Amino acid sequence: MQVDRSSLFGDTAKRERPEAQIFHHSFPADPLSVRTALRAAVARFMRQLTADEAGTLELILAEVLNNIVEHSYGEDAVGTITLSMVRDRRGLSCSVSDDGVPLPMDCLRTPDPGASPRPEPTAFPEGGFGWFLIRDLAEDLGYRRENERNLLAFRLPLGVAGQNTQVS
Amino acid sequence: MNLSAEARAGALVVYVGEERLDAAIAIRFKDRMREITQQPSRRVILDMSRVDFLDSSGLGAVVAVMKSLAPTRSLELAGLTSNVAKVFRLTRMDTVFPIHDTITAATHEGERHAG
Repeated sequence: MQVDRSSLFGDTAKRERPEAQIFHHSFPADPLSVRTALRAAVARFMRQLTADEAGTLELILAEVLNNIVEHSYGEDAVGTITLSMVRDRRGLSCSVSDDGVPLPMDCLRTPDPGASPRPEPTAFPEGGFGWFLIRDLAEDLGYRRENERNLLAFRLPLGVAGQNTQVS
Repeated sequence: MNLSAEARAGALVVYVGEERLDAAIAIRFKDRMREITQQPSRRVILDMSRVDFLDSSGLGAVVAVMKSLAPTRSLELAGLTSNVAKVFRLTRMDTVFPIHDTITAATHEGERHAG
């Protein structure tokens, strides 16, 4: 029996463009495990990223994952975070899931037109930067609550797909 | 938490010997800074040249240190690496901290003002 390999592997195998790469990792929701996961995720895609893009990726992921540790599960709670990332033509598509409390919808909302999207610097805020950074740096941010799980998805836009030879 | 401090040109220079100032160490950073800044000095300059990653928790901790010193003492920053500078820029917090390229530049500026 003949097997059509292209349908098995999807159409990505046929096209002439950088191979899509995948990262998938589940880890305990605590600050040091988040650090390890961040490092592994950035290392996985390092060769396709400029130094600036790698920094942005690490920052978005850190904000998303630390929010889950601090707010979704909360202090002293035990839980698991699952992070999946796929390289596609438009960038890095990321999805993150956890079993904590629902995300308050205000986090995703862009403030009203005219209102500042970021905490006011002269008020010397000590918090509130996390979701501002996520909204500012990520594209196509979406959230769904499903079967008692939080599912957050977003994309990190990247420059010329995977062809970065730039060393900056 | 690796922090070391020395008095230089009338300022207290605190060297952050960590590659990351993030959620995992933000609270320890604030606690250690509280101890270190017991040493009297009007200017406190944080040398961040070793830090290559700062997240919002780390930024919040730096702001908290600044507020604990105000209004009589100042917290200044020096040696921001590109990733760290980006976080200050995106949040506009670069508008409320004096930021110097290097510790040497920071202390020279102090001497100039003093002279």
